Amino acid sequence: MKEAILHTAGLAVGYNKKALIQDIEISVRPGQIVTLIGPNGAGKSTILKSITRQLDPIAGTVNIRDTSIRHIPERKFAQTVSVMMTGWTDPEWMLCEEVVESGRFPYTGRLGLLSAHDREKVQEAMELVHVTELAQRNFTQISDGQRQRVMLARAICQEPDILILDEPTSFLDIRHKLELLSLLKDLVRQKQLAVIMSLHEIDLAQKISDYVLCIKGDHIDRCGTPEEVFTSAYIHELYGVHRGSYNSLYGSLELDAPKGQPKLFVIGGGGLGIPFYRKLQRAGIPFIAGILHTNDLDYPVASALAAEVVTEQPFEPIREAAIRSAEKAMQQCDGVLCCLEQFGTQNQGNRQLLELAKQQHKLLTEIQWEAMLETTP
Amino acid sequence: MRQKRSVRYAIGYSILAILLCVLLIWNLNAGSVNLSVREVLEILAGHNSENTAIIWEIRLPRLLAAAMLGGALSVSGFLLQTFFANPIAGPFVLGISSGAKMVVALVMIFFLGRGIVLGSAALIVAAFVGSMISMGFILMISGQVKKMSLLVISGIMIGYICSAITDLVVTFADDSNIVNLHNWSMGSFSGMNWSNVRTMAIVVFVCLALTFLLSKPMGAYQLGEVYAQNLGVNVRLFRVQLILLSSILSACVTAFAGPISFVGIAVPHLVKSLFRTAKPLIVIPGCFLGGAVFCLFCDLLARTAFAPTELSISSVTAIFGAPIVIWMMLHRSTRKG
Repeated sequence: MKEAILHTAGLAVGYNKKALIQDIEISVRPGQIVTLIGPNGAGKSTILKSITRQLDPIAGTVNIRDTSIRHIPERKFAQTVSVMMTGWTDPEWMLCEEVVESGRFPYTGRLGLLSAHDREKVQEAMELVHVTELAQRNFTQISDGQRQRVMLARAICQEPDILILDEPTSFLDIRHKLELLSLLKDLVRQKQLAVIMSLHEIDLAQKISDYVLCIKGDHIDRCGTPEEVFTSAYIHELYGVHRGSYNSLYGSLELDAPKGQPKLFVIGGGGLGIPFYRKLQRAGIPFIAGILHTNDLDYPVASALAAEVVTEQPFEPIREAAIRSAEKAMQQCDGVLCCLEQFGTQNQGNRQLLELAKQQHKLLTEIQWEAMLETTP
Repeated sequence: MRQKRSVRYAIGYSILAILLCVLLIWNLNAGSVNLSVREVLEILAGHNSENTAIIWEIRLPRLLAAAMLGGALSVSGFLLQTFFANPIAGPFVLGISSGAKMVVALVMIFFLGRGIVLGSAALIVAAFVGSMISMGFILMISGQVKKMSLLVISGIMIGYICSAITDLVVTFADDSNIVNLHNWSMGSFSGMNWSNVRTMAIVVFVCLALTFLLSKPMGAYQLGEVYAQNLGVNVRLFRVQLILLSSILSACVTAFAGPISFVGIAVPHLVKSLFRTAKPLIVIPGCFLGGAVFCLFCDLLARTAFAPTELSISSVTAIFGAPIVIWMMLHRSTRKG
């Protein structure tokens, strides 16, 4: 295993000599992405600022290859670490190309004139981030997402060993978010960059990070691989989620389940139930979902949105006990909705439920279902 | 594409150079005694004529002063705009010129009242002290407010306070001082002699050279402090250098010619539009040339428009400069939506 290129020891960061976060131990190796997550205002940016020398640490040190960053000359530091922070001063009359060119600053002479080699690096960085076609555009006249990419090209052509990114995906739409992060992953692999970044999107953090640090209150609450850190329960605790839920396996967010007496029993399975659960959630109609195998696609959404879920063990045919409790649940409800058209061998129990609903005249027709969604306030 | 940019820069400099030559000659020709181009050239070549004194002792020092001080003023404006990341910052609107004016007036009255005539170096020092006083207030305010319009308004207020104090002391000064002071405090290039020109040339060109050497960090600073710092700029030192250079430049102008309005904003803006870039390496020499052209033109008008009455230079620069500033602010706000 490679040695850490940057590590902190007993770092405390904050403003005006008051420590906001203490005992920060970060260590990052070449080719590794370390992500800071935590609620808004937790101090992610403060940590990043302290690592990049914009803020003096309150205590402890930040070391790059065993030298404290305080003792690294400015030019050398600039050749080692490059940053991309949120926000920048809007420069007048500056072409995107010129913005990228500014990344070559630590390599140029007294007047900052670019050599042929510097120009090559600028071209290379712009191609890598796909902003070549923006080169001659005015930096203030492109979209936020494009600007973000131009700033990334700028950071790359600085040829750093360590890249520090503060919320690199803010302002980006879903396509550009994915593009930027895939690009970052490629870069890290190809150039063996070490990346430290903060991310808002925990679902993305889970997928891209090699190591995650969770900031809560005045300390790093938990750290480890994404698999160790990202449990639904812990994410709820870290962010203080009171309403709705986060599913750590899929990285998906669900809103609150509708409250009150369940009105509808929904027979689902195989992903067919999810659109109906969501419709009911939006309409604010409480419902019971069943009978779902706990490994069914529908199960995570149902357990987030339904008042109750009638379940069966994975890979078992639906057994008598489950059918009994489903029947009981159906009694409480005014109607039954069946999302299924076919039933497999393990799923015969649900066919039984459907027959029962038909006998009791509880099965909703399509017209009744639509009327129900419309009439509920 | 890069070639296109270089061509643009070459054209820009050529335009400024041609304008500068035309205005230099025009300034030598025009005045209460109109001279032909040929006559002027002959006098410059060393031929003696009845008008030699007019050219050598009056017009030449005056136009050199106008050119150098105009250049200094717009470079000073460009430095302040970079510092505050604010295109409408300038020594006049931020009250820095007025601060310099106030201290120079106080010092002059104090020493003239005791029969001591101060040299130009002493006046520059006094103006520099005044600039730094206003600058101190502006820096304090800029630490509190980030909005550029508020900063400019504060600067204008500081300017008013300084002008009020200046007016007050002028009112109570000896009669003999007032004529001198009054002319100067309105802004004028008149009465320059060769010794003045020599002193200002040293100050202005040393500062200009130092400013030019700062063009690399200035370029890095245009994306904001964070990025400048990340690129290896010692931001604290750099900010001090910017403040000192811009204050010395504008102090030098105020010491010799009094406060001159709007040159510091209008010229950098025009130069940036002409070159279509804000690269300090290009813009700093461009600003100097542009400022020289602008002030030569305005001084020409000040001298000749209502001859023999001479206008104050500030009135003329305001007439041409203020509309440019207004247009520029409107243009910016519409572009930002």
